[in-house]
Order: sequence, then C-alpha cells, then structure tokens
Amino acid sequence: MSDQGLLRFTTAGSVDDGKSTLIGRLLYDSKQVLEDQLAQVAEASRRRSSDGALDLSLITDGLRAEREQGITIDVAYRYFSTDRRRFIIADVPGHKQYTRNMVTGASTAELSIVLVDARKGVLEQSKRHAYISVLLGIPHIVICVNKMDLVEYREDVFEDIVAELRTFLEPLPVEEVTAIPISALDGDNVVVRSARMPWYTGPTLLEHLETVEIVADHPDDVAVRFPVQWVIRPGAAISWGGGSAGLAADPRAVDTDYRGYAGQLASGVLRAGDEVVVLPGGQQSRIAAIDTFDGELDEAAAPLSVTLRLADDIDVSRGDLICSPDQAPVVARELEAIICWMSERPLRPGDRLSIKHTTRSAQAIVVALDERVNVDTLEAETGVEAFGLNDIGRVRIRTAGPLMCDPYRTNRATGGFVLIDDADNGTVAAGMIVDAR
Amino acid sequence: MSPAVRRAPLTHLDALESEAIHIMREVAAELERPVLLFSGGKDSIVLLRLAEKAFRPARFPFPLMHVDTGDNFAEVIAFRDRRVAELGERLIVASVQDSIDLGRVVEERGPRASRNRLQTTTLLDAIAAHRFDAAFGGARRDEERARAKERVFSFRDDFGQWDPKSQRPELWNLYNGRIRQGEHVRAFPISNWTELDVWEYIAREQLEVPSIYFSHEREVFSRDGMLYAWREGAELLDGEAVETARVRYRTVGDMSCTGGVRSEATTLDEVVAEIIVTRVTERGETRADDRVSEAAMEDRKKAGYF
Repeated sequence: MSDQGLLRFTTAGSVDDGKSTLIGRLLYDSKQVLEDQLAQVAEASRRRSSDGALDLSLITDGLRAEREQGITIDVAYRYFSTDRRRFIIADVPGHKQYTRNMVTGASTAELSIVLVDARKGVLEQSKRHAYISVLLGIPHIVICVNKMDLVEYREDVFEDIVAELRTFLEPLPVEEVTAIPISALDGDNVVVRSARMPWYTGPTLLEHLETVEIVADHPDDVAVRFPVQWVIRPGAAISWGGGSAGLAADPRAVDTDYRGYAGQLASGVLRAGDEVVVLPGGQQSRIAAIDTFDGELDEAAAPLSVTLRLADDIDVSRGDLICSPDQAPVVARELEAIICWMSERPLRPGDRLSIKHTTRSAQAIVVALDERVNVDTLEAETGVEAFGLNDIGRVRIRTAGPLMCDPYRTNRATGGFVLIDDADNGTVAAGMIVDAR
Repeated sequence: MSPAVRRAPLTHLDALESEAIHIMREVAAELERPVLLFSGGKDSIVLLRLAEKAFRPARFPFPLMHVDTGDNFAEVIAFRDRRVAELGERLIVASVQDSIDLGRVVEERGPRASRNRLQTTTLLDAIAAHRFDAAFGGARRDEERARAKERVFSFRDDFGQWDPKSQRPELWNLYNGRIRQGEHVRAFPISNWTELDVWEYIAREQLEVPSIYFSHEREVFSRDGMLYAWREGAELLDGEAVETARVRYRTVGDMSCTGGVRSEATTLDEVVAEIIVTRVTERGETRADDRVSEAAMEDRKKAGYF
C-alpha cells in the first residue's frame, strides 16, 4: 500500500464543466468504485436518461436534494488511493452563490483542479475558481481543459485557453501551474494516456497527482508553530497513585506530577532540547521531551500530534503558542485580512464577532471594510458599505485579546481564522491575515 | 541535544492519526460534556486507541457510552466490557429495551423486525438525560453518500436532527463547537478514513477486535443476498433455511440488520488482503438498514441517527 503520504486536493468547475464526471472517472479508472455502487449508478443512469449510458457523475452525487435538482449543493469529500499515494478530494460546487463552499474546500487543499470546458473557453467562473485557489494559498493549480473530444482534440484550442488563464494568474502569487487536456467522459489523459492527443507530452492527471510535491515533504521550510490545544495533567483529574513516567497505557500507573502540552505541530520541526518561547506571555524554556503514546521522540515534524514537556515550570494553557525564540510570529490585536463573507446577514463596519484563530478565540470588531474584490476582474472596489454573502474583500479587525499571527502567505495555520456570529453561533467568515500588529 | 535521528516520512496513516487526535482534543477543549460512543465495532475500537493517544497518561476527559439494542452479538458485548476494564474508563449503557419498557418506542414485529431504527430514540434520550453536548462517533465519509458531506463537527438541533442544507462551513482545522443549550455536536475524528485505513491501523496498532470479524462457523440464513445470524426467536420467511457457514463480519451492528460474508480470513493480514480485493462496499454488503431506499442513510441521519 501507499506510504507516500496524503494529498488533499479540490476540484472546482461550473455546473456543466463535467466536474462530477471527472471525479467519477478518477474513482472508476483507479478501480475505487465497487460493484454495489456501480449497480446503483447504473440503475440511476437508466432512470434518468433515455440511452441509459453509465453516467459517472452519479458516483459522487450525494444528497437527495441534489439528485432531485441535478446539482451539487455542498462540499463532498471523496477518497481514493493508488499504489503511490492516498487522496482526499474536496468536491466543490461551482455556482456563484456557493463561493463559500469553494473557499471551504480549498482551505485544506494542496492542489486545485480548475476545469474549463474546451468548447466554451475561459468563463468568469473558471477565473473565480483559480483566484480563490490562489487566495487560499494552494501551491499547485492544475488547469484541466475538459471535453477535448468535442473540439476534435485540437492543440490550438487547448493552448489558447491555457494562455488566457496563465495571463489571468500572472499577477497572483501562485507557485506552480500545470495544464492538461482531457476528456473525462472518455477518460483521455485522466488515468490513461490519450492516443488522440499525441501533441500533448506532459503527465496524465493521475500521474501528476501522484508525483506533485506536498508540503509534508518539506516541513523544515517553515518556522515552528505549536498551538497548545490541551494541557495533560493526570493528577488534576484523578489520583491513582503510582510512579512511572511517560505516557503509560494504564492511567492508574501514572506520574501525578506529569504536565504535558498537547497539540498538533502546525508547521516546522521540533527537537528535544530546542529552546522555545511561549506566546503571548513570552516565557522562555526548553523542550524537555516530545511525548507520544508510543514513546518519546527525538524530533517531530508537522503535522504530527504530540505532547510537549518543558524544562521549566511555567504557566502554559490552551491557546498559547510554542515556537522558536528567533522566528516568533507577531503578537497582535490589529489585523489586516482578506475575508470571504459567508452569511446571509451583511457585514458592516463596527460589527462585533468572535474570532477563532489556531486554538485561541477572542472577541473582535470589524473596524473597516477597506475594499471588495471583484473576483471576476480582480479589481478592487472601495467605498463599500457592507459585504454580502460570498463577497471577498480586505478588512481591518481589532481583537480584545492577543493573537499570534503570521501572514497567511507564509503560514496557512497561523494565518487563517474564522469569524463566528455570537447571535446564532454560525461560522460567518473565513479570513486570511495579510498583516498584523 | 539528542543525536540526529533520520526522520521517517509521514505515512498517510500517521497523517490521518494526527488529524483525528487533533479533533478529539478540540472537542474536549471546546465542549463541556462530551461522550464517546463505543459499540465494540472496529471504528469505535480505533476511536479508543486515538483517545489513548490524545489524552494519556491522564484519563479520558469523557465517559464511553454504548447504545445496546439487546440484539447484539454476545462476543461483542463481552469484548466491550473487557476493553473498557482494560482502559480503566467509565462505560454507560443505554438500553433500547429500557426505551421499549418505558413506552418511548414500540417494538417492530414480524420476520423483518429490527431494533435498529429504535436506537435513535434511546441515543437521543441518553444524550439529553446525561446533558452531553458532544458525542464522538466512528462514522467515516467513505461509508455512504450522505456521510460524504457531513462535517467533522456535525451540529444537531435540540431535536437531535441534522440539517444537511444548513451545515456550518468547516475551514482549515478550525472547528466551530459553539452550541446553545439542548443542542449538541456529533464529532467524527475518523471522517477522512476509509475501511481499509481502519483495518491497516488496527493491524499496525495490534488492536484486539471482537472474534466475529474473523472467519468462524455460524448458523446463518440467507435473505436478500445477505447471510444473517440465526438467533433464538428469529422468524424465517418462506423458502429460508438455516445452514452452517464459515463467515466473518465487516461491520458490527445489531444481529437483526447486519449480515456476514463468507470468508476464510482468520488473521488481520488476511482480512486486510480481503478488503483490498473486495468489490462491494461494506455497508452495501452487510447492512440491510441502508438498503431500504436510495436515501435511507440520509433520512435516518436527519432524524438523529449516529
């Protein structure tokens, strides 16, 4: 089985770009669709179309409302694996009113497939998907020009579309753009190389997915960030006596003086003995041990969940951030950020919300709406009085408590946040920090 | 400083494990009174190991709870009690029989009678009685189409219902656990795992599972293409007969709705090998409760099912 890690990717496309068909094709050609699922799909295909041809898009067609309306209404997660890698697909709808789902699906992805219908060329929809993918910090963009069968597999059609999207992406900070001509319906260049497009010499989509470099391959590239989630203190819960140190399997045989700071390493590599600083307090200490249930580690790399013990008896609690003293983030109460507003209720300057950032929450005031981005033209609109559902724009936020911030560009974990409406507890915005102080 | 140790690349199981541990700690930190639903099945067995990894050397910051239909496999109940004792944690048993005796639900009758649907009431009553505000479940998104869209923190209203159209957006690993009184969150730490991941993890961690997951001889009868365990009081339909077969179970549910598959797999490695080549999904092969209609799971989830 694969032990080359996990790639999370997202697909975005307009309603008719064939997104569901493409995912169905990836699952079907990599032999992930099992007989009973296939029987359901075949049965549904017969009911829905006159020719009864197997409709691969139905494989990923989830909820009843979707089946009735024939549209995808929410983010769905799909899984498949090959001998080389395990994949998680965030399958995201492409309607304008569901920009928030696109942002959601993109937030955890390391690669984004932007689908373009070869007959229709680059629509505003495709640009919006590309823009949101870059905005959410996805390093790898794959332009899949689909339905090549309907344009006689012509290279010039493919090249024109790719050139137009590359021009659009030019000013954006994207790491890598790959373009692949495909036919999801027939399978050309998805899993199997197409004999009908000899002019294309690049990888098939699946080959690209299997070999693209993922962040987990280079944890050293980013500074250490360890948000404390939970303090493990066996003595505080119940005292069973006993004496052995370490993470014993039996809680009755435990060191009641034990005090460990549990969390998931958000970025970087930590080693036992490393000098660290705990923010926002600023206390300095040293990593005494990196504990896991399976024993102590000499070092741990993101995204490992571990428990840290510090050499000094200092006060550390949930929401604190452990990092290296010479690469510390900004401890800030004023943020400049790009947000995607996800609520029906409009956002106005002066609105009070809760912010959740790493493992820390605070009250927040949206001080100003600086500009709104027209996601089709990338032009900034100023003088905006309110943000509506699915608006994306730059805002300034003041928080009641300190947050340990990095720009989202350099660290997705310490640069991203959500806003929560205290009135109904809904998650109303996704935010990406541009600057903090 | 320790000598430099070559860091092993993170496997996909390591990544899934760390994500699940993170989710468990977030639930424990953000909600007041969580509970972990433990059925004795393979998915909740994995949850228990993940809870050990998340919270040891301390005790779990929540009790365990089993919704017992009264039609469970004896081997599974024995395993459940043994595992709980080994962990030194507290188990609450919520009984469907009690719900029937109290008149909260009415037992189905006839040869297709099952207590599966009744469990929902027992579960919601227990959550309310104990004032739990979060319940960990072992559901996975690969199991079924409705589950593919469910959040990791899945919000339930004060009727215990799931509304697939008004789910909270879930971004990065920032989970929103805010609820009002009477509402609760179902939390699914292994949302992103597949059936194969679960078995590979069980093999890697050397976890004990109930013996019914391995090939064994059992008296069964065939119905709708599935092999059901014969049990005292079960009613047969015309043409059905009890036979002895070598079977194992891919899922552990109630005996009335869980079918076995013919299998010779007697070790974890053999089970994993069988899963890799299997051509039918686990719920499609072994769960009658999902066969009722094309949207069977979606309907039950909306009503508050696991």
